[in-house]
Amino acid sequence: MLGWGVDRLRADMSRLLAILFHQGVLDEQFLQLQQLQDESSPNFVSEVVNIYFHESEKLLRNLRGLLLDREFSDYKKMGIHLNQFMGSSSSIGAKRVRNVCVAFRAASEQNNRAGCLRALELLEHEYCYLKNKLHELFQMEQQRVLAAGVRYPLHQQL
Amino acid sequence: MGSNSIVSNRWMSEKMNCLDLSPNSNSDNEEEEVHVLAVDDSLIDRKVIERLLKISSCKVTAVDSGWGALKLLGLLDDDEEDKSSSSSSSSSSSSAGFEGLKVDLIITDYCMPGMTGYELLKKIKESSSFREIPVVIMSSENVMARIDRCLEEGAEEFIAKPVKLSDVKRLRDYYMATREIRSVQSSSNVNKRKLQESFDVSTSSSPPSISPSPSPSSASPPSLFSSSAPCSPSSLDSPTRRIKMTSFD
Repeated sequence: MLGWGVDRLRADMSRLLAILFHQGVLDEQFLQLQQLQDESSPNFVSEVVNIYFHESEKLLRNLRGLLLDREFSDYKKMGIHLNQFMGSSSSIGAKRVRNVCVAFRAASEQNNRAGCLRALELLEHEYCYLKNKLHELFQMEQQRVLAAGVRYPLHQQL
Repeated sequence: MGSNSIVSNRWMSEKMNCLDLSPNSNSDNEEEEVHVLAVDDSLIDRKVIERLLKISSCKVTAVDSGWGALKLLGLLDDDEEDKSSSSSSSSSSSSAGFEGLKVDLIITDYCMPGMTGYELLKKIKESSSFREIPVVIMSSENVMARIDRCLEEGAEEFIAKPVKLSDVKRLRDYYMATREIRSVQSSSNVNKRKLQESFDVSTSSSPPSISPSPSPSSASPPSLFSSSAPCSPSSLDSPTRRIKMTSFD
């Protein structure tokens, strides 16, 4: 019965990952991260992703703070935040978030405040979706590990 | 190269990250691991590149800035020593070794606050003791002007981010193969006569594929790797991902 739970969880995780890939939420860089996880670094993916969450939320707060300031004009600073966000998103395979950053950056380069505000909303939405799904994934992994009684590297899922 | 190995052993004991090696008898090519200095201001990218390198059996030291890299290498204090006479045994390479890390390869992000990867590259190539260390630039933006500038300044390669395992493995293979040549170059300042003797012996017979053909006193070897070709772009990866200098400069 434990074995059935493990298999079921494994299948659910695979399905979720497949959906996220199909939706373009994640790309192959995420798979690359999973390849870097092994017995010597069994929590690598969640560690990196948690750093990403932490940094991203700070960046989003900064972006929002900049844009909602009535006297805002520092598009250059916004560009710096966006470059950082783009880079880290690309590094973990967060494709859709990264693409929104690209559009956001284009709006900021045109000093298009309304466009930036729209992009920010979209960015926050995409980021939330990504975060929720990755949390789901990590929860499933934790359950699977508990059910299995031993720790398997995540990459064995695929 | 007896005295060279004594110096290297002293270097090793003073390094922050000690390589777990048995003492070298004759040359540095017995070290199995490539030691890479990774420079990136992004914590995530540092974690990823660190892991990529470790999984590829490289020793890695990661820093978050160009200045941090220069400090670790011991390059910041080195400028004065370069200019002064190097007739004593404290020639630039060995004195830097006492203060700084010995690395085989530097991989740096291009876009960093403070000192960009390009500026770091320049500083390294301007240093007589460090210019032979290969520098690889990583960037998420593949702007041709940027790439050209880096290659002109002496970067070995320009790699598109996100960096993949295949990129790192390829780098590692290449720099393992070229390490022996570089260790010969850097030790040529320390013990020329002994090298001259050993090369007289080796060049009299037909040299193996990686041994340097020019005399040790020359500044840099010509392209030596036509036989071992780990660097030929077509064989390894899509051309868009990397741009490679064909001669080791």
